[in-house]
Amino acid sequence: MRSRTTFASSLSRIMDDLSSKNSIKYIVYSSSIIFFLSLIFLPPIIGILENISSIDVIFQDPLLLSRANAAILQSFIMAFAVALLDLIAALPLAWLIARSRTRFVHFIDTLVDIPFLIPTAALGYSALLFWSPLTQPGFLLVFLLQFAFSYPVIVRVMVGELLNYKEVYEVAARTLGANPFTAVRTITLPLLKPGVIASFLLALARSLSETGATVRVAGLWENGPVFIFRVLDAVDIPPYLKNGVLVYVSSILMLTSVILFFLISLLAPKLRFPVKFVFPGIERRLSSPSAVKFRDILASLIFLFIVIFPSLFIVLPVMNALFDGTLNIALTGLDPWDKYWRTMLNSYSISLLATLLNIGFGLPAAVLIARRKLGKATPVFKALVSVPIIIPSITLGYSLRLFWGRYGFLHEYWILLFSHMAITYTYFVESMAAAIESIPIEIEEVASTLGAKPLIIFRRITLPLTKYSAFSGAILVFTRALGETGAAKAVARTQECWTLPILLVNWILSEATTASQKALGAGLYIAFSFVSLLALRLLTRRTK
Amino acid sequence: MPSIKLVNVTKSYGNVTAIKNLSLNVDDGEYVCVLGPTGSGKTTLLKLIAGIIKPDKGEIYIDNKLVNNVSPQERNVAYVPQYYALFPHLRVIDNVAFGPLSRGVRREDAYEISMKTLEMMRLSWRADSFPHELSGGMQQRLALARGLASGAKILLLDEPLGALDARLRVELRFKLKDMAERNKLTVIHVTHDQEEAMSLADKLVILRNGEIIQEGSPSHIYNEPASIFVAHFVGGANFFEGFVAEKDEYGSWIQLRNGPLLRVNDATRPVGEKVVVMVREEKTEILKMVKRVEGINLLTGRIEDIRFLGNFISYSILLDNGDKIVSRTPTIASIGRFKIGERVYVRLNAEDLKIFSYPSHGLYKELEVI
Repeated sequence: MRSRTTFASSLSRIMDDLSSKNSIKYIVYSSSIIFFLSLIFLPPIIGILENISSIDVIFQDPLLLSRANAAILQSFIMAFAVALLDLIAALPLAWLIARSRTRFVHFIDTLVDIPFLIPTAALGYSALLFWSPLTQPGFLLVFLLQFAFSYPVIVRVMVGELLNYKEVYEVAARTLGANPFTAVRTITLPLLKPGVIASFLLALARSLSETGATVRVAGLWENGPVFIFRVLDAVDIPPYLKNGVLVYVSSILMLTSVILFFLISLLAPKLRFPVKFVFPGIERRLSSPSAVKFRDILASLIFLFIVIFPSLFIVLPVMNALFDGTLNIALTGLDPWDKYWRTMLNSYSISLLATLLNIGFGLPAAVLIARRKLGKATPVFKALVSVPIIIPSITLGYSLRLFWGRYGFLHEYWILLFSHMAITYTYFVESMAAAIESIPIEIEEVASTLGAKPLIIFRRITLPLTKYSAFSGAILVFTRALGETGAAKAVARTQECWTLPILLVNWILSEATTASQKALGAGLYIAFSFVSLLALRLLTRRTK
Repeated sequence: MPSIKLVNVTKSYGNVTAIKNLSLNVDDGEYVCVLGPTGSGKTTLLKLIAGIIKPDKGEIYIDNKLVNNVSPQERNVAYVPQYYALFPHLRVIDNVAFGPLSRGVRREDAYEISMKTLEMMRLSWRADSFPHELSGGMQQRLALARGLASGAKILLLDEPLGALDARLRVELRFKLKDMAERNKLTVIHVTHDQEEAMSLADKLVILRNGEIIQEGSPSHIYNEPASIFVAHFVGGANFFEGFVAEKDEYGSWIQLRNGPLLRVNDATRPVGEKVVVMVREEKTEILKMVKRVEGINLLTGRIEDIRFLGNFISYSILLDNGDKIVSRTPTIASIGRFKIGERVYVRLNAEDLKIFSYPSHGLYKELEVI
């Protein structure tokens, strides 16, 4: 025992000593950059560029071409509609949560994350069951669904912004004679603009990217990801045409999304809120207690009926499946449940590996960004890191399949792993970089003058202070990897390598699967993700 | 043993030169105060010595050893930034033990050293608290304790009293000096508070725009300021524009605006040169106009404002030639003697008047403390 501790301590001392060597620092940082470029950033770009010449064939099939163009256009129409309306609907609720202390609001606050935690493939099925008496699959249903799962993102971001916001400005405006509504419109909202823009972009990206749920509720309507999903499965399109049209749609979606995001993030901050005009009469009425009460009730109702109930509706058929014997068959692993459990194992092992690798190689990258170690190239690196979550994940998956497909010896499992790493890398690096950035640099500087070597500073100062963000970043990576449908669908060719979301979407779309099987499949999926998240949370609490 | 030497050090950030060709010697055990307005390069100077940033040009020596390429953790210099940068997630005792532990001291020894240091700083009773639970004064002592326990004999303090309230600031000044002397430390203490710097420093260094414009003992700098800026920045002073009207072996006559002549004991300037005459606020004497007074360096004017400052009273007088003069007199000597609007004589002594060349960019610009 004693010898082991001395071994461990001498090993850590050697590591500490090594960390102050410039060559070691150089190796660590450059390997994290090489990891990013060679496994995350460049493969999809090269994959698409190498096949760009295959686009030609699509012009031989004008029908397919116009269908593809329509799908691309619909992607952006839907994304803007969802992001905009979500923003309008979610702001009042964020307000309520940040400013009110009642028990009901506390309850709402805990409910908000639910649609975020439910894997979208299962969420889509739940929403379909909820809305099916009222509306058919199509544009409206897709809108309702995407509205539900982007909503929590906006609420979370805006609640965070509101809690950080110094209310003194609003108070000052009020004492100067502004109505509450005027104060919020002219003072608070303009100051929170970065948060508003960030949450709008997140909702936009989520809508552009989502595949697993959308494909189920789309009906005859198509956007980019749904189109790609269907073309991948289509049997009536010859392979050369398939390849051409997929490259065509993927490249346009990727390029347009990237351009759009950089344009919005560059131009939106220049957009001014209309703060110069004040309408005392209307705004006083809007600030009255009854108007506020009406707003709060309306926000809560929208939240409950459009977001929460459709998300949780799956509970009913799941309960049914628990008692009609489906559960017993599922647990024994008889056909088709043997496949179900195997894909679940696939999903968990891929998500876990992707999380660990992203932490290992993402940490140095986060330090590079937060401490601007690349000098003037830092903003460029930061922008490159944000690209993978901007582009629709199914297009990312497809281009990765083109790139890695050349390496025949590479087992499909690894390509799946790489694609899951690529779609989640940004989440960890960005949340970690933000956390490190929030530690005053003086703290690290002082530690170094007190004799601490770089690794000691990282271990004893930086990491303990950013632990919460590190864990939440890791959890985000894990849940996103677990719930990803689009990229997995584009990569997996053989059933052996299916992940759970692909299997589930297949089941839900298939006539051969019974309603009970569909419900239980989705229910178990949700239950397992909840349990694993809970386990992770408990684990993080214990290590505090 | 620990001395610090900087030779022709330059440091720029992009287009901004924070430190310009600066040379400085700090002897072993010396308490040096660096005084300068905001943005003069004080913090950059400390960070250069601590090794947190590297100079673009020049050499830095600690104990006569070139340390340009020595990392901060090997310099044995304790840097205490303005808001202390206490480690928020570590208890008081762990904050102090961080240094010794990082330097590889055995755990038991590290905590023993830390406890002793805390006792010296009268903080041992808060050893298990977290930094945010301490008062401002305690946090300041903890920051010092942490620096001391690391074994450093050089202490770099960036506005160490700046975050405290006025009364505590004055009280802790002398404790700081006391502690430095008892532990035989070499200290560089950066501040923009001229009173604090004057009362603490063995040597005072005046920094402006990244350059040292004067260094020496506080009394020397106060009495023999090298420039208008130093005279203005260190202690209150009055300035008058004028030109050398006449000169002889012992001194010269300076003609102020609209006529009045002042005799100064300085014969170095040629007749006709445009100059600025400086006199300290407390080196002025106000006389009542009850009887006619005659003599040289006697100006007349009207009291415009009276400010009560506790021990002192400050009178603003508009002179008949249009200049203004502020006179500071001990309260005990002048309370109740003068009223606003009263006409008075102001008498100045030739030996208290200093003359400077007229600044090329104007007197007003030179007096801007930026």
